[in-house]
Amino acid sequence: MSTRRAAPNFAGMKARHRKIVGDGIGVGVATGAYGLSFGAISIASHLNLAQTCALSLLMFSGASQFALVGVVASGGNPLAGAASAVLLGARNAFYGLRLAPMLGLRGPKRAVVAQLVIDESTAMALAQTGRGAERDQGDEGDEDGDGRVGFFATGLSVFVLWNLGTLLGAVAARHLTDPKQLGLDAAVPAAFLALLSPRMKGRQPWAIALTAAAVALALSPFAPAGVPVLAAAAVAVVAGVAGR
Amino acid sequence: MIWAAVIAGSLGCYLLKLAGVSLPSRVLDHPNMRRIADLLPVALLAALAALSTLTEGHRLAIDARLAGVAVAMVAHRLGAPFLAVVATAAASAALLRLV
Repeated sequence: MSTRRAAPNFAGMKARHRKIVGDGIGVGVATGAYGLSFGAISIASHLNLAQTCALSLLMFSGASQFALVGVVASGGNPLAGAASAVLLGARNAFYGLRLAPMLGLRGPKRAVVAQLVIDESTAMALAQTGRGAERDQGDEGDEDGDGRVGFFATGLSVFVLWNLGTLLGAVAARHLTDPKQLGLDAAVPAAFLALLSPRMKGRQPWAIALTAAAVALALSPFAPAGVPVLAAAAVAVVAGVAGR
Repeated sequence: MIWAAVIAGSLGCYLLKLAGVSLPSRVLDHPNMRRIADLLPVALLAALAALSTLTEGHRLAIDARLAGVAVAMVAHRLGAPFLAVVATAAASAALLRLV
């Protein structure tokens, strides 16, 4: 596609960066639409407007937000929901590890940029550099800035549109009297499954997913709501340590 | 209580992001840690999906939600975008409750 070695080709680089920015905005629009459903589901789960918007601004990680809201909706202790959300966010730390050398961050800037480290911005940044997830190239590797442009274009547009989507979805859902009437209680599991599906490659994820679901269902009649989800997390920890 | 969860959960998620971009890679980069971080979303999302489809409070319950989720998964298989999948689940459960 691009002539990566021709360093002085600034025109080509500019055109490429424009295209990457366009792609990033596209991802932002798609994510914003999904923000609409988060806003509506959060209100239907009895969070108020301010709490719903605070989650999108401050937590800014879709799966974690859905997890917190899902536990609250099922009548669980909100703090158990927060714990599930944090466990889900652990992957963002590993995204940061891969991104740090590419972004060349130093000092207090990191504190701001860290908030943009999410699935979408990481995927777009790594896709530009064309090197697979596994290779560690140290601090070398993004001399034409493509990865950085992908990260910021995607991260910023997702941030703006996710929050806008959340606000609109939440405001619209406030007029509902009974969320069940609109089937919003079925929207919650559908959202979880849609988030899960890209991760179901190979046999191990299926084994883990089915075991985790069985553990959670088996515990749900006895354990306080929210605890079955955390017990399911233990399945991942055990499998991770066993290293299979 | 909900506010406490919103603040604590957000702070936890932010600190994990910050740790990733700040800490030297050898602190976090253990193969076990990496595997666990990859597998946690699978386990948690599967458990959350199962519970929100099949339980009502502390009881197992099969109702319109299951049908809604099944229809939504067909839509997902056919390549529908996220919002359409979620809306399909809601609409089919709502329709089923009408009849």
